[in-house]
Amino acid sequence: MTDTTLSRLPACRRHRLLKRIALATLLLSLAVPGMAATLRIDNSAEPGTLDPQKTSGVWEARIVRELFETLVSQDPEGEQVPGLASHWQLSDDGLTWTFTLRDDARWSDGQPVTASDAVFSLRRLLSPEIAAHNANLYYPIQNARAVNAGKANPATLGVHAVDDHHLEIRLERPTAWFLQAMAMPEAAPLPEHVLEADGERWVMPGHTVVSGPFTLSEWSPQDHITLDKNEHYYDAGEVALDEVILYPLEESAAALNRFRTGALDISYTSVPGGRFEKLRQELGNALRVSPLVAEYFYMFNVRPDSPLSDIRIREALNLATRREVITEQLLGMGQTPSYWLVPRVTSGGTQGELPMAQMSMNERMARARELMKAAGFGPNHPLGLTLRYNTLEDHKKIAVALAAMWQPLGVEVSLINTEAISHYAAIREGDFQLARYGMSATLNDPYDFLGSYTTGSSAARSSGYHDDTYDRLVEQSSEAIDPSARVELLTRAQQRLLDDYALLPLYDYVNTALVSERVHGWESSPMDVHPLRYISIEE
Amino acid sequence: MLSYIAKRLAMAIPTLLIVITASFFLMRVAPGGPFDGERQLPPEIEANLMAAYHLDEPLPMQYLRYMGNLFQGDFGPSFKYKDFSVTDLIAQGFPVSLELGGLAIALALLLGIPMGVMAALKRNSTVDYLLMGTALGGIAVPNFVIAPLMALFFGVILGWLPVGGWNGGALPNLVLPVVALAIQQIAYIARMMRASMIEVLGSHFIRTARAKGLNERQVIWRHALRPAMLPVLSYLGPAIAGIITGSVVIEQIFGLPGIGRYFVQGALNRDYTLVMGTVVFYGVLIVLMNLIVDLLYSLFDPQIRYDD
Repeated sequence: MTDTTLSRLPACRRHRLLKRIALATLLLSLAVPGMAATLRIDNSAEPGTLDPQKTSGVWEARIVRELFETLVSQDPEGEQVPGLASHWQLSDDGLTWTFTLRDDARWSDGQPVTASDAVFSLRRLLSPEIAAHNANLYYPIQNARAVNAGKANPATLGVHAVDDHHLEIRLERPTAWFLQAMAMPEAAPLPEHVLEADGERWVMPGHTVVSGPFTLSEWSPQDHITLDKNEHYYDAGEVALDEVILYPLEESAAALNRFRTGALDISYTSVPGGRFEKLRQELGNALRVSPLVAEYFYMFNVRPDSPLSDIRIREALNLATRREVITEQLLGMGQTPSYWLVPRVTSGGTQGELPMAQMSMNERMARARELMKAAGFGPNHPLGLTLRYNTLEDHKKIAVALAAMWQPLGVEVSLINTEAISHYAAIREGDFQLARYGMSATLNDPYDFLGSYTTGSSAARSSGYHDDTYDRLVEQSSEAIDPSARVELLTRAQQRLLDDYALLPLYDYVNTALVSERVHGWESSPMDVHPLRYISIEE
Repeated sequence: MLSYIAKRLAMAIPTLLIVITASFFLMRVAPGGPFDGERQLPPEIEANLMAAYHLDEPLPMQYLRYMGNLFQGDFGPSFKYKDFSVTDLIAQGFPVSLELGGLAIALALLLGIPMGVMAALKRNSTVDYLLMGTALGGIAVPNFVIAPLMALFFGVILGWLPVGGWNGGALPNLVLPVVALAIQQIAYIARMMRASMIEVLGSHFIRTARAKGLNERQVIWRHALRPAMLPVLSYLGPAIAGIITGSVVIEQIFGLPGIGRYFVQGALNRDYTLVMGTVVFYGVLIVLMNLIVDLLYSLFDPQIRYDD
């Protein structure tokens, strides 16, 4: 409408129209800075559940952590910071933890979060019916193992509410990593009043009541999950995002295309190894690569009927493995070649490495040949070995490369490829000689890795490894409260395992993520935890 | 007609029972279980999980429990998607798969039939070679190649259409997946239609129709088209059942919440109840689609009547 046409209107209408235009302009100018800040994330998979005590994957924890705050929380770099508890202390004997809850912690229905919610939650976590995957992380609590096995009443668990704001946890023995466990999503207090009223459906939108920075407003399976800012959150004033939409994209190409068109701000679907270099050139800073607390290694079956029960063969295979060829030429994403089990980025600074790390390749090959000869094998008397790996292009490349690297020693490798569940089932049954294995940390603590090789634990049960001295060292390290004494014990334990050539370490994992340049406050973290309360987005 | 339908449905029950029973036991033969993963669970926790899903009971007992629940319409809880029952998952995913598959089949018929007819009428001409060559290309190039290329070209490079997502079934989001799903079907239908049209055009009743002096258009529309569509019709039964129970490839590439992925994911995760649920659902759908196709036959072929 031009001035001429405007001037043709009767005065009162012209006045009204001008007033409306002015009002609209004003509203528009107010609306722009206040527009809802929405973050769109590709979460890499559909969560199996949002009940914090039943989850088992990082893609589930990523959502659950935003809904249910733990007593001990994590900052953007993965360091422990106060969560629903403002502070905590450990008794001198290392057996009693006391957590003080914040005065202003509220559930999203306005009810206060109390110590009895935390007691309720820990009892539920250890009850056999919930069948929590990580329940064993809480076995240090008095009576926890018996409760979880259905042999004791949950009420006998060593947790109790001193008053509304103080939670006391009694341990059976000092446990250095216990605070880490309390920062896990399954340890978050749950709203007792809601669970009792809603039963099984308590975690659905419209039913659930949360304590974290976001509430669950929509869940459309395999399509999207929407989280809205929780106005009752104690630190709501500092939360920049109003809404977060998470998509369960599993296909990396699909995620990448959507990221390129700007339909996604963050993508957690892993970038395919083969296209990494090209993507780095295309995406620049948006492609983030950082070390992860996870280890890629080959498990040896060391049972007496396996050829790998001979330590000389285990050492020879380790000697002849050119780890740098795998990390630089096959993968090329910045993985660290590894001569250890505990990834170097793990907190605590555990040391120890395979002795060959400092030898030249010529020295290594000469020694490997000698060892094989002593064991009765060589190019003229080949040793046949089977090597199992689960389906993935990179696993296949590595398996083929290893077979080629060991050939000069007179080792003839037969490759066996199966899908993941069959692969892990075979490992569990001990039905393998060499098996590809990936161990990612549940806790950012060396115990998580070293503990698995202690008698009765996961890796020891699969590989048949057993060493009393090693078991004792790991156990002592777990009970050591003094950090420097603990590092020493852990280093000794790791060195003992490596001196036994109990495994064939290959590399420390890296994590990749696509993060738009409009996103601020997203930091690399070794456990791949990126709390949304610290993240903001430019409009 | 009604008693024919009732008879057919009654006959389907033993078929479905065999399918369900065979799938139930075959699934358990596969190595590993739903809780096998990177780390072996401590024995107490594994026992808790097995008990929570009744996997600690003897297999025949589990079978009876499953069948008992099934007769009450309960497919059981999914082992992986713990917050949903298998019924919930199918109920939420099926409308998406139905819409996608339905549109893809409609598009395939709309393009495939005229293509086939035209090729048959212009047999051995350039038009025929061009149409059938294109169709052969559609069959030869799998949709996991075509779909990402389409997403890249129309979504990322040209920016005309969203590269993925369901968005409540909005039209722009439907275009690429529907076309990608339809391409192969168009090709099959066109080739089938051409072959059968050629056969029908050479039959006696068409010669008679021509001898009566009918013009070519009447011959084709009134006499040739319906019988020529019979092979397409019998192909449609299983094709529709297949396409509307989803395509895992298309769903993954475009990130769509259909039920196709449950077939594959369920099996890979050893999510026994989810696999069983999808098998039963697919089985029922095949039976129904075949019945519908058989009933439609009577409309297309005057020699078929379902009188009692």
